Amino acid sequence: MRMHKIAVIGDEDSILGFRALGVSVFPAKNGKEAEEALRAAARRDYAVIYITETHASEIIDVITEYSQAPLPVVLTIPDTRGGQGAAMEKIRRTVEKALGADILFGREGNA
Amino acid sequence: MEIRVSPTRMQLLQLKKSHAMAVRGHKLLKDKLDELMKQFLELVKRDRELREEVDEKLSEAFRGFLIARGAMSSSAVDAALMYPKEQISLKASRRHIMNIEVPEFEWSFEGQEDRTNIYPYGFAYTSPELDTAIRLLSEAMPSLVELAEVEKSVELLAGEIEKTRRRVNALEHVVIPQQEASIKYITMKLDEAERANITRLMKVKEIVGERSV
Repeated sequence: MRMHKIAVIGDEDSILGFRALGVSVFPAKNGKEAEEALRAAARRDYAVIYITETHASEIIDVITEYSQAPLPVVLTIPDTRGGQGAAMEKIRRTVEKALGADILFGREGNA
Repeated sequence: MEIRVSPTRMQLLQLKKSHAMAVRGHKLLKDKLDELMKQFLELVKRDRELREEVDEKLSEAFRGFLIARGAMSSSAVDAALMYPKEQISLKASRRHIMNIEVPEFEWSFEGQEDRTNIYPYGFAYTSPELDTAIRLLSEAMPSLVELAEVEKSVELLAGEIEKTRRRVNALEHVVIPQQEASIKYITMKLDEAERANITRLMKVKEIVGERSV
């Protein structure tokens, strides 16, 4: 079992605070920089990589590449603009893919 | 549907064997699918709870940062956060859910035992919003790590469920009906041959009987 690290990628304003917790912070100004940071981090010992939603939506293809292997885990987090529901949308899509129908969220009203 | 088997007894035996196998496989896969589904739904539920919690906490923390950056110069914020007191150590291992490898994380904050003093700076030159934001972030950390674990598991399980469901459907709607049709076809053919044989024997007997008279 190796030691792993946690990385955060996103616009500097949003993610700066993570530095205080000893999490590696990779500021990225746009999707391209975020992609480079993500690929570099995935090659190294980062087991969990958080990406702010705004950047994540630009490089969704790259993130999907990492979805089949157990590690690293690439996750989206909201940024200073607040969550735009992309994460929930992703869960909904995964459920739909697995079950063939969106039973979970459709049922919510009377649950 | 075109049936391409030679109607022999050997074929029939073989087909019956593989049909039994297919039916058993179908049942097993269906059981697996049910169990996967159960696990999956539990994980999704947890995933959603965590997601809501994390989104809320982080948004709040980020708002705090924004205010802090407004109140302080950005170089002051940079300087304050330059040397983190905390170090997160994360151990990743693997766990198996229904024979699928999912990650499992064990983690802790290193360095600082006292959870009330996590701030890597003195309080003199920083705004109180920064303190709140950092406290919120560090509170969100356990949920964030668990979220990573759960969300990855959900993703991997979803892939497995899709695969299993496709197999179940292929067996149920293609393989098994095809085998049944083939078995029926061979049985009919063999019965037909049997009947033809009997009539022929009867006819021969008749002819032989006529001659001997």
